[in-house]
Amino acid sequence: MSNTMIWLIIGLAVVTYIPRMVPLVFFNSEKIPSVIQNVLKNVPFAILGALIFPGILTIHDDLLFGVIGAVAAILAAYLGANLIVVVMFAVAVLSAYAYFI
Amino acid sequence: MEASVTTNSYSGFVDGLKAGISIAVGYMPVALTFGLLARTTGLTLYEAVLMSVLVFAGAAQYITLSLIAIGTGAFEIIFTIFIVNIRHLLMSASINEKVEEDTPWKKAVYAFGITDETFTVSATKAGKLTTGYMFGLCLISYSSWVLFTAGGYIAGATLPGVVQQGMSVALYAMFIGLLIPSAKKSRKVLFLAGLAALFNSLLTFAQLSTGWAIVLATLLSSILVEWMGGRARNE
Repeated sequence: MSNTMIWLIIGLAVVTYIPRMVPLVFFNSEKIPSVIQNVLKNVPFAILGALIFPGILTIHDDLLFGVIGAVAAILAAYLGANLIVVVMFAVAVLSAYAYFI
Repeated sequence: MEASVTTNSYSGFVDGLKAGISIAVGYMPVALTFGLLARTTGLTLYEAVLMSVLVFAGAAQYITLSLIAIGTGAFEIIFTIFIVNIRHLLMSASINEKVEEDTPWKKAVYAFGITDETFTVSATKAGKLTTGYMFGLCLISYSSWVLFTAGGYIAGATLPGVVQQGMSVALYAMFIGLLIPSAKKSRKVLFLAGLAALFNSLLTFAQLSTGWAIVLATLLSSILVEWMGGRARNE
């Protein structure tokens, strides 16, 4: 194994770990102004939107893959299915679609 | 007293493991493909697995492979990945509002496990998060990531074509499955996600790198919705 590759991986590990660790270890949530706390509480749902779209449209050259997968997942989730069921259902629907086209 | 504390943190751990099953399943095709691509990019098995063991970040690892493939220098790769990972800063700060207070070293350990997926699963869970839960959630996700990286490399193949294509939606389906229950109950949630998706589309269309686009879209949406909410409360 090459030395350069080892150092590259270690460098990547450091720049990936630091942003994950610093706020959790060094921020004191009681000392953060309430307006910033409120913004931070909004982050999970905002980031879900940004993670889903437009990325879901790029999972396949065929744009319909993303659309069908999204519709299947939304439908299952809207009907109250368990998270793992939502995932499995969307995968099954898309696999069937891939099989038939 | 002591016993009940132990029981609580233990059940938190098991809850975390259970909550992470969807992530572990979703990581399978992504990690298998990473292992396979690492092999075709010329990494050794040891290097590919070491990267998954030490870095544990899907987007970062995929981008690294593509940069290695076109002969990018180590410093440039590391800098690019730092930018890609800026969003973890936001997630870590956000989850810090929700986890139980604990000794810094324990938080420093599970901080390693914060990914788009472990973050969104834990952050959308109702109530406070125990350290045990965070450990369980991150452990099962991490195990899947590392094992299937090795599996993809060794097998030299991913899942059968049709299944592989179907599985490509798994993590997105999980994100949708996390969002919908809350969006059904709260208009604000729908607004937050919708606005961020819109901003992210515009920024992606404007050729901004994925790392920055997601961070900016998330911040803009979170701040704007908070600002509108604040105005509504004042009126």
